[in-house]
Amino acid sequence: MAIEIPQSFWLYFAFFVLLLMDGLWCMLATYNLLRMLIGLEILMKSVTFFLIVAGYLSGRMALAQAMVITVIVIEVVVVVAAAGIILGLFRKNDSLNVRNTRKLKG
Amino acid sequence: MNVITIVLVLIVLAALWASLTTLLLRATIALALTSAMLAVVMYSLGATIAAVVELSVCAGLISVVFVSVISLTQRKPFKDYLTRRMSRMRRFWPLPMVLVAVGVALSFIHSPVQVALPLPGGDGDVRTVLWSFRQLDLFGQILILLAGVFGVLVLFKKEGKDGD
Repeated sequence: MAIEIPQSFWLYFAFFVLLLMDGLWCMLATYNLLRMLIGLEILMKSVTFFLIVAGYLSGRMALAQAMVITVIVIEVVVVVAAAGIILGLFRKNDSLNVRNTRKLKG
Repeated sequence: MNVITIVLVLIVLAALWASLTTLLLRATIALALTSAMLAVVMYSLGATIAAVVELSVCAGLISVVFVSVISLTQRKPFKDYLTRRMSRMRRFWPLPMVLVAVGVALSFIHSPVQVALPLPGGDGDVRTVLWSFRQLDLFGQILILLAGVFGVLVLFKKEGKDGD
């Protein structure tokens, strides 16, 4: 079963791609660990937005919302665990710069 | 141009601010702003429960986590703010132009697409779907939350005298 997607899909798709590029650039062009986490958050936001758009356009909003709630829960756990790792690295190296985190032992 | 389009433009601007700003606290505020406006868009598209969860968890809880981590890690004096900003500008100046160029390029695409739907049949309430059809997802969420709790307990604990 295939459906014709309305023209508004391309509007949402354009904003999805813009958010995705923003998050990717934020992750790639920085050396700060916290800033990488912020870039990851922006990427997650774009994916959440596009899941909702997919549910809206295909008429399956309930399934999309269930997926989005799962994504949000996992996002929170990822952020909290990453924040703990960043704090641990900061205590070991006294810096948030990834170029200084070379001692992976212990 | 309707309300959703305007809010989407504001979301991209807030995300851009989160990427470009030098101070991490401002980036956190911009991220919370992005989440709040994304919740507005989700509510407008009909995803009410997911919008509430996004607003409370992503704009609230994650901001609290970020602010506490920033307060625990930032010891840089404010006076080298300008030098840091210059070095950041060198790495980030193409980003707004790239975003505008990609946005203009994407605005020319209007080809019709056909998408196959996975399942036939109607769609119910989100609570019914979540509790009746996506029980495995809930089980996974519970497991991941427990893993997160253990991770926090391990990672946030103070180092002992032995250093391990």
